[in-house]
Amino acid sequence: MTEVKQSPPDKQPEGEPTWIQRVAPQGIDLRSVLVIPLLAVLTALVVGMFFILFTEGANAILPAYGALFSGAFVGWSSISETLLLSTPLILAGLSVAIGFRAGLFNIGAEGQMTIGGLTAVIVGFSVQGIPGIIHLPLALIAGFLGGALWGFIPGFLRAKTGAHEVITTIMLNFIAFRTMDYILKLPAIQPEGRFDPISKNVLESARFPRILGWLPVDGASGLRLHLGFLVAIAVAFVVYWVLFKSTIGFEFRAVGANPHAAKYGGMSVAGAIILVMAFAGGLAGLAGSNETLGVLGRAAPGFTSQIGFDAIALALLGRSHPAGVVLSAILFGALRAGGRTMQVQSEVGIDLIVIVQALIIIFIAAPELVRAIYRVRGGKETGQLTRGWST
Amino acid sequence: MVDVTSLADKPALVRAPAEVRRARIRGIVYFVLAVATYVLLASTTEGDVVFRLGDAPGDLDLTLSAAGLATASAVVFGFLGALEIGRRGLGRWSNIALSIALALFAFAFLGWAAAGKSLSLVGMLEGSVAAATPIAFGALSGVMCERVAVINIGIEGMLLTGAFMGAVIGTVVNPVGGVVAATLAGGVMAAILAVLAIKYRVDQIIAGVVINILALGLTSFLSAQILVENSSAYNNPGVLRPIKIPVLGDIPIIGRIFFDQNIFIYALFIITAGMTYGLFRTRWGLRSRAVGEHPKAADTLGINVFRTRYMNVIIGGMIAGFGGAYFTLGSVGAFNENMTAGRGFIGLAAMIFGRWHPVGALAAALVFGFADSLQVKLAILDSGIPSEFLLMAPYLVTIIVVAGVVGAARPPAADGQPYIKE
Amino acid sequence: MRLELRNVTKRFPGVIANDSVDLAVSSGEIVGLLGENGAGKTTLMNILYGLYGADEGEILIDGKVVHFDGPGDAIAAGIGMVHQHFMLVPVFNVTENVVLGVEPTAGPLGAIDMEEARREVREISTQYGLEVDPTAIVEDLPVGVQQRIEIIKVLFREAEIIVFDEPTAVLTPQEVEDFFEIVRSLRESGKGIIFITHKLGEMLEIADRIAVLRRGKIVGETRPAETSREALAEMMVGRPVDLVVDKSAAEPGEPVLSVRDLVVQDDRLHTAVDDVSFDVHAGEIVGVAGVQGNGQTELVEALTGLILPIAGKVTLNGKDVTLASPRELHASSVAHVPEDRQRDGLVLSFDLTENLVLDSYYARPYSRGVVMDWEEARRHADELIEQYDIRTPSAQISASSLSGGNQQKLIVAREFARETKLIIASQPTRGIDVGSIEYIHQRIVEERDAGAAVLIVSSELDEILALSDRILVMYRGKIVAEVAGSEATASQLGLYMAGASA
Repeated sequence: MTEVKQSPPDKQPEGEPTWIQRVAPQGIDLRSVLVIPLLAVLTALVVGMFFILFTEGANAILPAYGALFSGAFVGWSSISETLLLSTPLILAGLSVAIGFRAGLFNIGAEGQMTIGGLTAVIVGFSVQGIPGIIHLPLALIAGFLGGALWGFIPGFLRAKTGAHEVITTIMLNFIAFRTMDYILKLPAIQPEGRFDPISKNVLESARFPRILGWLPVDGASGLRLHLGFLVAIAVAFVVYWVLFKSTIGFEFRAVGANPHAAKYGGMSVAGAIILVMAFAGGLAGLAGSNETLGVLGRAAPGFTSQIGFDAIALALLGRSHPAGVVLSAILFGALRAGGRTMQVQSEVGIDLIVIVQALIIIFIAAPELVRAIYRVRGGKETGQLTRGWST
Repeated sequence: MVDVTSLADKPALVRAPAEVRRARIRGIVYFVLAVATYVLLASTTEGDVVFRLGDAPGDLDLTLSAAGLATASAVVFGFLGALEIGRRGLGRWSNIALSIALALFAFAFLGWAAAGKSLSLVGMLEGSVAAATPIAFGALSGVMCERVAVINIGIEGMLLTGAFMGAVIGTVVNPVGGVVAATLAGGVMAAILAVLAIKYRVDQIIAGVVINILALGLTSFLSAQILVENSSAYNNPGVLRPIKIPVLGDIPIIGRIFFDQNIFIYALFIITAGMTYGLFRTRWGLRSRAVGEHPKAADTLGINVFRTRYMNVIIGGMIAGFGGAYFTLGSVGAFNENMTAGRGFIGLAAMIFGRWHPVGALAAALVFGFADSLQVKLAILDSGIPSEFLLMAPYLVTIIVVAGVVGAARPPAADGQPYIKE
Repeated sequence: MRLELRNVTKRFPGVIANDSVDLAVSSGEIVGLLGENGAGKTTLMNILYGLYGADEGEILIDGKVVHFDGPGDAIAAGIGMVHQHFMLVPVFNVTENVVLGVEPTAGPLGAIDMEEARREVREISTQYGLEVDPTAIVEDLPVGVQQRIEIIKVLFREAEIIVFDEPTAVLTPQEVEDFFEIVRSLRESGKGIIFITHKLGEMLEIADRIAVLRRGKIVGETRPAETSREALAEMMVGRPVDLVVDKSAAEPGEPVLSVRDLVVQDDRLHTAVDDVSFDVHAGEIVGVAGVQGNGQTELVEALTGLILPIAGKVTLNGKDVTLASPRELHASSVAHVPEDRQRDGLVLSFDLTENLVLDSYYARPYSRGVVMDWEEARRHADELIEQYDIRTPSAQISASSLSGGNQQKLIVAREFARETKLIIASQPTRGIDVGSIEYIHQRIVEERDAGAAVLIVSSELDEILALSDRILVMYRGKIVAEVAGSEATASQLGLYMAGASA
């Protein structure tokens, strides 16, 4: 429907654009960015309450949610755990988010994390006698490359054959898990004397050092938060810069928004798809490396603990923007940390968190639903990202 | 197919058309397969393999030389490769050729692994049908939804929900009640998907992913909280017995595979036939397909696009829910967390492989089921291949299929796009 | 039957699409609805057809107020619509498309009686002289035949009032004559017809009465005998309109673009461009005329690097660019205004700045290596918005908020503002308002006078005749005629467009 412009144009005020105008040229709709997500989280928690009611009775609600809250936010130990658990979520969330920006669905973060975590571990225990300042970055690079390979494959298939990355990444997840099962039984990988699937321990020089060790707390082991958290924040800045300040990021966003126009503008759509998937895979690989080089210190089945799937929720909640992803990751980290405490201290299992997260996605992806529930007025969005099975 | 003759008298071609290039790639793949089969399989094995086709050993046996089988397969692959390159593509037959090639490769592989032994081929085929069943239900559910242009990634979640409800209600009430509950549960999940995708215009893939996460979370949570502790009260439905159809069930080979199975397999065939007839012969089918191909045109003719989509998606969900009950009531007999293990996604691949046609989807599901069954057999035969790689087989086949087939097949034109009435 | 729209008003956010519109049509008359793109014609008809609801006003049939909740109601009331963009399901056959929604059935399960359906289609086909094969698949049929199917659809549902929305866009002048015969015979058999077009000549020829819509309001009603093209144009736009483009004679120089024996396939692997050869010289405008679907789209895509030809050679100032990518062509000073501006020319969710550097972002001054220089891009954008008179409150809004005309001006600004040796413009003024059309035509002539070689592809014969120094006609992938611009006439070109050879 073409509009009929009746009046002469209003000119933009002269002068340098403010930093808000630069970061978010379309303006920030506070309702959409802050209020709706908050309401979504709240509503999801309320619905979760009903599940507790149904399975354990009304008496279980307060202790459960109390444990959830205190496990996430109360005390240095909780805060350390929250930030610790948010670290891989930041990285995996960035992985999914950068995919979304290019119009691609990276459901394969779990598999990419697995392969990346494995390669990092292998470099972590097999390269001996070099100082930490080289060993750790080396292992991280290996992790990045491993994940990048696992992201490259579906990207390549999508670019060259049109095979939709939703199916191929999910299949590669399963393949990655089986591959890990196999590798963790190889004698070269297994520690001496053990026959269960588990890798050798990573050398000290490749482990992330703890950063809150100097804080006085009860308990022998001290706070577990490590350097990985700062690395993740730094990576978020890098992703922001790539997406919004670099030429390649402009191409990613154009291909995601309209591949026809991108092609017309001279961009290589196939090239962008491959590059984005590889980069996204690498980011997820870093997330996996964070786990194996951080708290765990080795690789064992299940070390990815559904982080890749949470990452999808994160990316949506954070609107595929690095800043949003970081904040959402911290929220989800809080839910995980609190959830563990909840599982230990109350009768309610940690799977409740999964339900809450799914509900959060529903409410985020259907903002009109939240608006309808709370009668918030606002803009018109569709969540349209998909273009069907082929480009 | 490309009509090459009209280009015969043109100046030198600067570039071959896309279809021809794709055919060349397929041809090369076939040649590589031929060489690999010969080198890796034919020349490294000796002895005979006995394929048992009857119920008892010795009834109906097919004895083949393992090396001979592999060599013959290699020749066929070479032939297909020559066809693809020489005739610049096989058009509609390329999918069928690919299926035949995969099946043949599987046989050659089996022969190689079982050289000097015997194996029950009938049992394997029976197992294929069983393995194909949940995939086929997923594929049919997908066809139902995608024909009205709604992509349903949530089939995995619907299968899982159906499995759960089948187990629980099957224990608390009875197996039939379990099946009914499973079907309804699938419909409910599909209704959520439909509301998100149609009314709120959430991206359909995201809506599907949400359904999967929700289903996983719900079933895992309830399983851990309730089922694990009270399994005899809530998670003990038993398995529905196979029912043999008189006369037909006695036919050698085919009878055992197709006519001596439980009700899920029979339902599968009935649903496939019904869907085919419905989609292509009835008013409902024409209108549904119109909604999927050109919703605006359907709208201008007074067809209610939204209602058609809601209806078909919910029916699709019910089919998936019903198929989910197969996991618990038709196969394992109890619910385990995340027991669907990707079958819903493989079902989507089967739907694409089957070109969005119910019969094609069923046939494609049988191919995937065969791959699954093959992997089980190879593990039993102790073939020397690590079990982890065998377990990967269905997923690898899915990737191969999806990469080799997409682009040639055309989904319903409006697939994935929400309908916006201005 | 008498159909009346009374005081109909429809508002969308920010704009009044229809403003107190009164319109009436009775059986046995042809009422023409004239208005430029964006005037509100299609909105009005969508209200009539039940696709939208009016905010105010009512629809009356034979004096009684009626209410349509959807197209089904309108169809039942006897209103039939032949839409501007065909509402045919490409993969269905003719019969399936005609009976969709009103299928004859047999048996309890709702099985369609295809025999009966085919019979009825054949009946209508012969009765009204609309030749068509009931079993043919629609996507294989030429556009002129597809239109006949739309008419049969309407007659199948026993429409009394038939609305034609821009029906002649896809027809040659001769086909338009045949089509008018059909319309007149429909009138004779008692149908009432609403004929929507923006083409002044056609309106004068076919309509009994003409209503002119401007900016949502009916600004006048008249009869062909009492008016003229100039008068209608003035009513349509609100000011006197120059129907002729002001241009001096061309002074062509060296050939800039040279095409030899070009063969291009479309995405369904049919030969779309069949052995085409021509030149475009500096300082001349070459117009490619032809009904849409005769290979023009594929020709342009091949020349602009979006698809690769199968055979042939294309040179730009002597350099071989047959297999050049869009970027290489861009770097060689080739400008391309694409046919589908929303799909190919713009990223609607990006703002104007980002759109204005869509094809030049990769080099200085807008980027240094990997880093974008958004400051410079914004400065450039502000300049272009000013220069090319793009009506917008700022450069930071998304391109989707611009009107069609301003979107096209944005693309033209982007393409023309740099050094251009060759300009390829495909349907450059499709679907935009008269003011923007005039502006763009002017800029094209300016570029020509500055020495650029210009290739225009358009299915609007008026545009080709107005702009071109030399005219090529494409039919079924071949160039069937070459005519000097000053000597060409619409009827002559029409014959070529329909397949007559020179």
